[in-house]
Amino acid sequence: MSDMMNSLSNMRLLEDLARKETFIHRVHPLIKLLTTVIYLAVVVSFGRYEIAGLLPLFFYPVLVLVLAELPIGPILKRILLVEPLIIGIGILNPLFDHQVIVLAGLTMSRGWITFLSIFLKGGLTVAAGLLLIATTGMDGVASAMRMLKIPRLFVLQLLLTYRYISVLMEEVTRTLRAYSLRAPQQKGIQRRVWGSLTGQLLLRTLERAERVYQAMCLRGFTGEYHAGYNSRVRAIDLIYLAGWAVFFLAARIYNIPMLIGSIITGVIK
Amino acid sequence: MHMADALISPVVGGTMWAATAGIAAYSMKKIQNDLDEKTIPLMGVMGAFIFAVQLINFSIPGTGSSGHLGGGLLLAIMLGPYAGFLTMASILTIQALFFADGGLLALGCNVFNLGFFTCLIAYPLIYKKFVGAGYSSKRIFGAAMLSAIIGLQLGAFSVVLETLFSGKTELPFSTFVLLMQPIHLGIGIVEGLVTATVVTFIWKARPEILEQAALSKPLGSISIKKVITGLAIVAAITGGIFSWFASANPDGLEWSVFKTAGVEEFDAPAGIHQTLAEIQSKTAFLPDYNFKEPENVNVQGSASEEAAAWPAVNAGTSVSGVIGGTMTLVLAVLTGWIISMLKRRKKQLTV
Repeated sequence: MSDMMNSLSNMRLLEDLARKETFIHRVHPLIKLLTTVIYLAVVVSFGRYEIAGLLPLFFYPVLVLVLAELPIGPILKRILLVEPLIIGIGILNPLFDHQVIVLAGLTMSRGWITFLSIFLKGGLTVAAGLLLIATTGMDGVASAMRMLKIPRLFVLQLLLTYRYISVLMEEVTRTLRAYSLRAPQQKGIQRRVWGSLTGQLLLRTLERAERVYQAMCLRGFTGEYHAGYNSRVRAIDLIYLAGWAVFFLAARIYNIPMLIGSIITGVIK
Repeated sequence: MHMADALISPVVGGTMWAATAGIAAYSMKKIQNDLDEKTIPLMGVMGAFIFAVQLINFSIPGTGSSGHLGGGLLLAIMLGPYAGFLTMASILTIQALFFADGGLLALGCNVFNLGFFTCLIAYPLIYKKFVGAGYSSKRIFGAAMLSAIIGLQLGAFSVVLETLFSGKTELPFSTFVLLMQPIHLGIGIVEGLVTATVVTFIWKARPEILEQAALSKPLGSISIKKVITGLAIVAAITGGIFSWFASANPDGLEWSVFKTAGVEEFDAPAGIHQTLAEIQSKTAFLPDYNFKEPENVNVQGSASEEAAAWPAVNAGTSVSGVIGGTMTLVLAVLTGWIISMLKRRKKQLTV
């Protein structure tokens, strides 16, 4: 039950955040989508022993977070909630790779390096995805998808699913609350009522779909969805994309922390 | 079963995106032919339904634990395979965007693993064959169980392959398979049981819904031929990547075998990685600062050639790396902090 409330409040939070008016929010949705995709590709393209090289890529989430005036707490919480799944697979690396290496006077198994690398990549990729939706919103992403020529049918259906998630989650919540009040202290739904409980929900959903369709027809639905987004890509958007792309590629090609580090150690010497 | 971005490589992610996009385009064409306007809202609301139902805990008799419904098979049964696949794709897209449940790059993999195998393989080839002769409780049960289990087994195996080709984890193939398949056998059984009971309920309460869903889609003709053609295309694409790996690596197959065994590790993966690595090695500068000497590196307990692709091992560079890395992070956080302070001050001034 709390799961459901969490999911709902999470979706609402992200949607609310997407309504802010900052520099980042004003960047064209398509540009933000492309920037995110390039960023993700660069992050995951790093080799599995790479750690230092990944660190400059922290600039992207940090800057977007700050410039878009997003609250750090909830976003960080979401990222940490997902990390265990990634850790679950990554943690096996130290078990399978015992090669010993010496790093800055510290002896450790190579598996830990790959694990740390996966952990960092997990955090960065999850952050990038969440920041995209928190600064663009579902409508924005959908309009970007349309501009990428993704068929109307799919985008429309995606938006409808998105729109009805909260409605149906609330319905499921009510049903489950009714069930738990009549069947106290039970873990989950008993086998006997799996079919009827879920089936009733399904029947109601089908009826709802029918009503939704009728309501859409009455409002002149002809198969097109108008998101109200009509903005064109501006010069500043292109600069935004180009700026990040250059930075990401530079971070991919040059090991920036190593450069800084060697300059510093060189100076000290 | 959702794969995360951090665990896949761009090549695998890109290929699976292409494969999934192809299947989606084909599905869209298929349903557009017999699209009844009602289908779009029906797909939309059904997608939301699956989303909501995934949050229900079904307690599993005799185990004390509980399971969830994935929903791919149920979608195929209620909407037909193509609409079911597309609806599954939109569910996974929303999960990736809002819940970071599986990443954006991995979306192609996830839609393929969870949508393709259930809706376009298990449903037409198993479920339809079982209930083709007419519905009955027993047939529904057998059909749903078998399709759910096989669909999930194929999906789980596909996860293993994709992870392996990405080369991000050290998990040996056999271990990973032994880990994934039994877990997903359990998940498949729950999925099959829940789907069977729900479909049986619908069949008893409103038989016309199922009959309609089965009739309105010209499924008799989708047949094995087309599925096999589709699979052949995917296989060709996958084979393409394999040969890519192979050609970039003199002994491609051995390489992947070694990789599985976790023995020989240090060859940079092919494709983008390698191109970028080449650029990197060519453009490495500041040699005075201990930079461009990967050959002399010595890894304790391993041959030096193995370590060639990893220049950051000797004491000098690793110290630079640690210091530089810390500096970079501090700088990133500091930049963020300063901008947010400036923004706050500006706001206070304007207020």
